[in-house]
Amino acid sequence: MKFGVVIFPGSNCEQDCYYTIQSVLQQPVEYIWHQDTTVKGFDAVVLPGGFAYGDYLRTGALAKFSPVMRAVADFAKKGGIVIGICNGFQILTEAGMLPGALLRNVGLKYLCKFEYLRTETVDTPFTNLMTKGQLLHIPIGHGEGNFFADSETLKRIEDQDQVVFRYADAHGHVTPEANPNGSLNNIAGIVNDQRNVLGMMPHPDRAYESILGSADGRWIFESMVHALVTR
Amino acid sequence: MDFRIDGPCPGDAIKAAMVTEDVLTQHNLTESEYQKIVAILKREPTMTELGIFSVMWSEHCSYKSSRVHLRRLPTKGPAVLQGPGENAGIIDIGDGLAVAFKIESHNHPSFIEPFQGAATGVGGILRDIFTMGARPIAAMNSLRFGPLDKQQNKRILEGVVGGIAFYGNCFGVPTVGGEIYFADCYSQNPLVNAFALGIFEKDKIFYGRARGVGNPVIYVGAKTGRDGIHGATMASAGFGEDAGAKRPNVQIGDPFMEKLLLEACLEAMQKGLIVGIQDMGAAGLTCSSCEMGARAGTGVELDLDRVPQRETGMSAYEIMLSESQERMLLVAEKDKEKEVFEVFHKWGLDVVTVGRVTSDGFLRVRHQDKVVAEIPNGALADGAPVYERRLLPPKSTLSSRLDDHSFLDGCEPTLIETFFSENSDWNKLLKLAVACPNICSRRWVWQQYDHMVQSNTIFGPGSDAAAIRVKGTKKALALTLDGPAYRVARNPREGAKMAVAEACRNIVCSGGSPIAATNCLNFGNPEHPEVMWQFSEVVDGMAEACSFFGTPITGGNVSFYNETFGGDIYPTPVIGMVGLIEDISFVTRSSFRNSGDSIVLIEPVMRHVGKLDLEDERAVQNLVSSAIRDRLVESAHDLSEGGLAVALAECCYSNIERGAIGAEVTIPSHLELRKDLFGEFSTRVLLSTRNVAELQRRAERMGLKFHDLGKVGGKRLILNYESVHVVDIDITELESAWSEGLPKLLS
Repeated sequence: MKFGVVIFPGSNCEQDCYYTIQSVLQQPVEYIWHQDTTVKGFDAVVLPGGFAYGDYLRTGALAKFSPVMRAVADFAKKGGIVIGICNGFQILTEAGMLPGALLRNVGLKYLCKFEYLRTETVDTPFTNLMTKGQLLHIPIGHGEGNFFADSETLKRIEDQDQVVFRYADAHGHVTPEANPNGSLNNIAGIVNDQRNVLGMMPHPDRAYESILGSADGRWIFESMVHALVTR
Repeated sequence: MDFRIDGPCPGDAIKAAMVTEDVLTQHNLTESEYQKIVAILKREPTMTELGIFSVMWSEHCSYKSSRVHLRRLPTKGPAVLQGPGENAGIIDIGDGLAVAFKIESHNHPSFIEPFQGAATGVGGILRDIFTMGARPIAAMNSLRFGPLDKQQNKRILEGVVGGIAFYGNCFGVPTVGGEIYFADCYSQNPLVNAFALGIFEKDKIFYGRARGVGNPVIYVGAKTGRDGIHGATMASAGFGEDAGAKRPNVQIGDPFMEKLLLEACLEAMQKGLIVGIQDMGAAGLTCSSCEMGARAGTGVELDLDRVPQRETGMSAYEIMLSESQERMLLVAEKDKEKEVFEVFHKWGLDVVTVGRVTSDGFLRVRHQDKVVAEIPNGALADGAPVYERRLLPPKSTLSSRLDDHSFLDGCEPTLIETFFSENSDWNKLLKLAVACPNICSRRWVWQQYDHMVQSNTIFGPGSDAAAIRVKGTKKALALTLDGPAYRVARNPREGAKMAVAEACRNIVCSGGSPIAATNCLNFGNPEHPEVMWQFSEVVDGMAEACSFFGTPITGGNVSFYNETFGGDIYPTPVIGMVGLIEDISFVTRSSFRNSGDSIVLIEPVMRHVGKLDLEDERAVQNLVSSAIRDRLVESAHDLSEGGLAVALAECCYSNIERGAIGAEVTIPSHLELRKDLFGEFSTRVLLSTRNVAELQRRAERMGLKFHDLGKVGGKRLILNYESVHVVDIDITELESAWSEGLPKLLS
């Protein structure tokens, strides 16, 4: 089993993802350079957070043209597991690998804080070790995490159980107050219809050890390992 | 490369400038400084040379007014690997690791253009760190603004915070702490001091030295434009009505470019390709080239036609003085040029050989096949005039609101008056106090900063000190910035000591030991003898306290001319203290943790206001430090603005570990309620513990006063005095007053 963490120019969470996989999960991991044209040999691909291409023009708008993205799309089409965190989620929507778009936060400010996420489905390779409704305490750090989709797309995502995480309060209630950025239906993370590509704004790569405030992010990475082992 | 040096040009090819009095004024040079330039060159300077001298000899770059005083600061210690004089100071933290850190001001640009001014302040300090080979792992900032009832001050604050967030977040460095104060004197002169710290292996330090005659001098990073020309000169004068016209002197930041530059530079360093490297910050290409030459005792020749340029038709003067951001100058081994190019090309960056290291000690600049400058490096970098300016104690200093006690320095005067009126409603007063500008929560600000990236932040903004773990070891670093401006304004010497002591106390309360410090000295016009007196006093106070605590100053920055319309700011020294937490299990929070824990106050027998007893301070810190190591302490919080009442409230607020928690405390009746609740006495610490008896025994043995005040628990903060609930308030209510304080002021 081998994880790959893609580095775009301007990625800045690639080391956190790498460290989580290598030192916490103790799984093999390597970096993938954005100019690479193949992801052969990898079993899961991580698109890390950061500001790929400075987020110039629009978040993810330039990164989707990196040569590696074509390889990642092929990999996903063949069932490969792909997780996009924060900027990685933005890139996945821009690349058309996930539906919807991420707009500027309501309030127009970058926000870095811990949030509670309610797990909406365990039928994914990212949540298979969890229970439905499980609360995760995981931080966000973004200025453009306001999930938007047209009503038809939104309905489809909801109907097909593609919403993986919603922002909730400490008791697990999904309320407007618990929504930090204005996301429709408090959506914090979704999968594609094949269920093998996850995009999420919160950072499990910043919550893998209790001294960092929470170790809940491990649930997601360990679910991925479980999915690969049992595949 | 076909780059070729033709050998020195004869002096007569250099065309002297027509230097009039106006030209000198524009360059902020005096007649005697000009004469010194002529003596060094043994001829009249060219216009480019005049420009070069003016930036290198500006106050900002040359420290000409401060140098004689700065010599009194302690700079050496067992952990110090690099003291002042390089891009940043370096200390040994064990395990083969070292940290490089420094604080620097970007005050002037931030007044003219708050967003870009602050952003490029962050960019500049980050470059200072990674230019030494260290990867930046933490940033902090110390900010001063005028009161928020003025629209302009709101605009400046929002711009500055936005700029810091823009740059730091994109670059990927966590902004883990800082401080903000408001006072009238900063209305026309905000302060933006940016701190950064990086980590590396201690045998892989890089220096800004142009070694090896014949080695290529390579320019990397962003192209050179006309932005920031004379930034350093601007920072060396006060502001008048023309402040707005200086906007073009402010640089524009591109954090994405800087991130690429970071990765490319570290990669080139790892591959052993780099001999010397320095960032182009203040005074741009000029400063980096002549300083690198001067440090190595070599010369540097530059061909400006090769410098990547963003605009057409730039003159030699403009290219040499541009302060365009995200640029580095490096010297590589002769045979490694190609490999250097490969690394920077991989990251999509401009990389061009623009010159060579020479043996003659001159900075020689060519432009369009002509030599436009030829100056001895040493004279340029280190030969600036040194001034021993006149010192004069001011006739009046800022007086305390109460003759001998300091109360809620940051609060509005009307609130203070209420405090001394009859029939005080203490609940209401406490709510007002926690919401006032200098005490209320800064969450609105620091939530905009990514303080978690790199996943090392144990606790970040909002704590006494930030705690950052060091991956691969069991250690953590404790970092804090402290600059108690009001106290310094009242008594510069004692205030400076208090700044150092408070910084150390913050580190100790977090479970660490202070190791070394960096300072940013923000003052008014040094040509005012009162300002120079303040400066001299502050340096003495800081030197005394830093020597006492064994925390040398390894570098920093002086910012003079913080005056607008002739009004000087308060003397505002800011101390950036770095501490080491030997074991991550010693990390201690300021917030109460468990219901039922006892709350105790530790203080010296003799109370001091407005001054500090160093021995007392040491005793309190030693007690806290040993108690934390022996697991006697659940939480430790330093008492600062707002005294005991505010500190108690702060310990109760919610945090990422738990929701709001209450406390019930009894103020001993031999104490005076008002003074004891809100008085800002020096050297006090609030602890929570499960072992009161042992703590008390230790405190008494050390000759310290020990008050067992009460217990943590419930959902209310209750303060009893002479059997009366003088304060009895729901924590959530108090916390929302505190957290709403700043957003309300900004709305």
